[in-house]
Amino acid sequence: MADILIKEGRVIDPKTDLDEVLDVLILGNKIAKIDKNIKKEGAKRIDAKGKIVGPGFFDLHCHLRDPGRPDVETIESGSQAAIAGGFTTICCMPNTSPVIDNEGLVNYIYKEAARVNLCRVYPIAAITKERLGKEITEFGELVRAGAKGFSDDGDVVADCNMFRRALEYSKAFDVPIFEHPIDKDLAKDGLMNEGVISTRLGLSGSPGIAEEVIVARDLLVARFTGARLHLCHISTKGSVDLIRRAKEDGMEVTCETCPHYFFFNDELLSGFDTNFKVNPPIRSEQDRQAVIEGLRDGTIDCIATDHAPHCQADKELEFTNAPFGMIGFETALPMIVMELINKQKFNWLHVLEKLTINPAKVVSEKLGVVKKNAVADVVIIDPKKKWRLTANAIRSRSKNTPLLNKEMTGQVVAAIVDGELKYQSSKLKNK
Amino acid sequence: MPARKDLLGLENLTSREIIQYLDLAEKFASVLKRPIPFVPSLRGKTILTLFFEPSTRTQISFSIAAKRLSADIVNFSQSASSLTKGETILDTAKNIEAMKVDGVVVRHSAPGAAKILAENLDAFVVNAGDGSHEHPTQALLDLMTMRQVFGRFKGLKVLIIGDLEHSRVARSNIFGLKTLGAEVAVCGPPTLIPLDIEDLGVDVFYNTDDIIHDYDVVMALRIQLERQQGGLFPSLREYRTLYGLTKERVASMKQKGIVMHPGPTNRGVEIDPDVADGSKSVILKQVKNGVAIRMAVLFVHAGGKLG
Repeated sequence: MADILIKEGRVIDPKTDLDEVLDVLILGNKIAKIDKNIKKEGAKRIDAKGKIVGPGFFDLHCHLRDPGRPDVETIESGSQAAIAGGFTTICCMPNTSPVIDNEGLVNYIYKEAARVNLCRVYPIAAITKERLGKEITEFGELVRAGAKGFSDDGDVVADCNMFRRALEYSKAFDVPIFEHPIDKDLAKDGLMNEGVISTRLGLSGSPGIAEEVIVARDLLVARFTGARLHLCHISTKGSVDLIRRAKEDGMEVTCETCPHYFFFNDELLSGFDTNFKVNPPIRSEQDRQAVIEGLRDGTIDCIATDHAPHCQADKELEFTNAPFGMIGFETALPMIVMELINKQKFNWLHVLEKLTINPAKVVSEKLGVVKKNAVADVVIIDPKKKWRLTANAIRSRSKNTPLLNKEMTGQVVAAIVDGELKYQSSKLKNK
Repeated sequence: MPARKDLLGLENLTSREIIQYLDLAEKFASVLKRPIPFVPSLRGKTILTLFFEPSTRTQISFSIAAKRLSADIVNFSQSASSLTKGETILDTAKNIEAMKVDGVVVRHSAPGAAKILAENLDAFVVNAGDGSHEHPTQALLDLMTMRQVFGRFKGLKVLIIGDLEHSRVARSNIFGLKTLGAEVAVCGPPTLIPLDIEDLGVDVFYNTDDIIHDYDVVMALRIQLERQQGGLFPSLREYRTLYGLTKERVASMKQKGIVMHPGPTNRGVEIDPDVADGSKSVILKQVKNGVAIRMAVLFVHAGGKLG
């Protein structure tokens, strides 16, 4: 393993509140030194002048479709896309076929990720067997095998008592329960956000309250049980308000949103582009603004991708029949740069916190840090780089994003996992 | 006219474009009165009607319109459910393209379905109803009928009663009427009024008897029986009591007011038989105008020339 010396990058670490132009020396799999004018014979030098050097991104929420849909994505293709997007760790959701609800499949994920050997892949296991909402899975064995949390993502745990028992049972293993907060009855057959746009388009709507009633329920049940609750893909103003109040009351709940909820609003669905069809749906401009405010004031802890690949044939169906989801690994950073950094004037320390240390803490991992002796998961970003997101440029096996062929600002130029350079863009200068 | 290849809806049409369709339809209405009601305008053109949802009258209306213009017409019907299993609508489009038709009239249960065809075909596309989204030729024939009776749209007061949530007819009428300067109100059970519809510039009411006397045009929408099973209203009987066009209710309308319905009617639910057949009803006039409107639409989009 070659040692790596990253020269003159703007090193940003949210954990230690560091934001300074420095060199970073990586020896073995550890960060050995962060200082000015480091010299090291024989190390691979990376010139990071004008670039940002930060902790590798940590995604709490993605769908790798493995096992089940190798035509859409695999652990291999998903890892390639993730690493190119700066994600050195990704947590994959268990709504695969078959469902990740047993030790054998957790082992399979680790084995396959080790073979691919790009980023860290952590499985989130199902809360209930086959995600049917009836019987709880073997949390103990699954945690021992390496499951980092539990979720029936794609579906809410509809039965309130089942949800209570899952939270209670999780306390024995100190793991988080990831909830997909959408009430099925209220969301019904909703295809997009319910509001004036759905009314105009004649598309059945899923109302914001479908999310909010479950957020409210979950906060109550989590407080009652004292267990660890993580709320997935928060998209509405009402949810942000509920979580803000819970945190003000001292609750230790965590939550995430996704780039598409602060980047798009429902007016964009007017063209019936199925690439905008996601679950929860892209919300109104008012909701979008509330999500940005939630990120700003710390109500929303994490930015996750909810990377959800689908093949072209499925997304070419009519809006009614096309599946929900958009890919997210390779668009997350540019969406953050274009909206949060450039338009909303967030500072990098604040943004990187939600992409690194905060999500790592949700699953109790000591990652997402750039400091001496930390594990060397490092990303190098060119925040000004303009590029076009072509189908060829996308490493994911699926190309379902409304940003296809659009101009992007901000690009990952290198990613280091466990001290090894796993990704570098072609333009990066090596010496 | 047309700058546009396709007619997908009334939402983005200008008042000028709408009036042009209506004026042309009046010309064709006079053709239809002739002993031999044909013009050779679209001789040699092939038009395909593609109905993925059952409909008799719309498909027949388009077929007759095409025949009156001397176009060749091919009719195809298939339920969308059997289609989604194998062939996508895009596959269908590519097959149509290979067969070199000039125009496609499409009915589909999914909003936006006509747009998918329009974007992928060189042939022109006329939307004959895409889910709950739009049904532009129905709204055009409704507008034609209103203009024949009142001679104007500015300040015309139109009340649409019933299942606004699931009605493509209502949406197209609202878009067209608002563009032309009419005042539009909607009335129905709150469970069938879509969220934020007032942002489209319409007034919203829940009580028919409070307001029906104030409108020139009262349009009843078809109630689909499965909506009641979906829990959106308790019974057809209560629906009729509150929102049905009964003889008594219609008696309180303006003297010159008219009653419209896009058909087919559920007699005794949203409209009583004696009202549907009564003096205020223009329902058959609507059906008749339908052929003239569809001739105008096919003519315009097939690039016909007036002789």
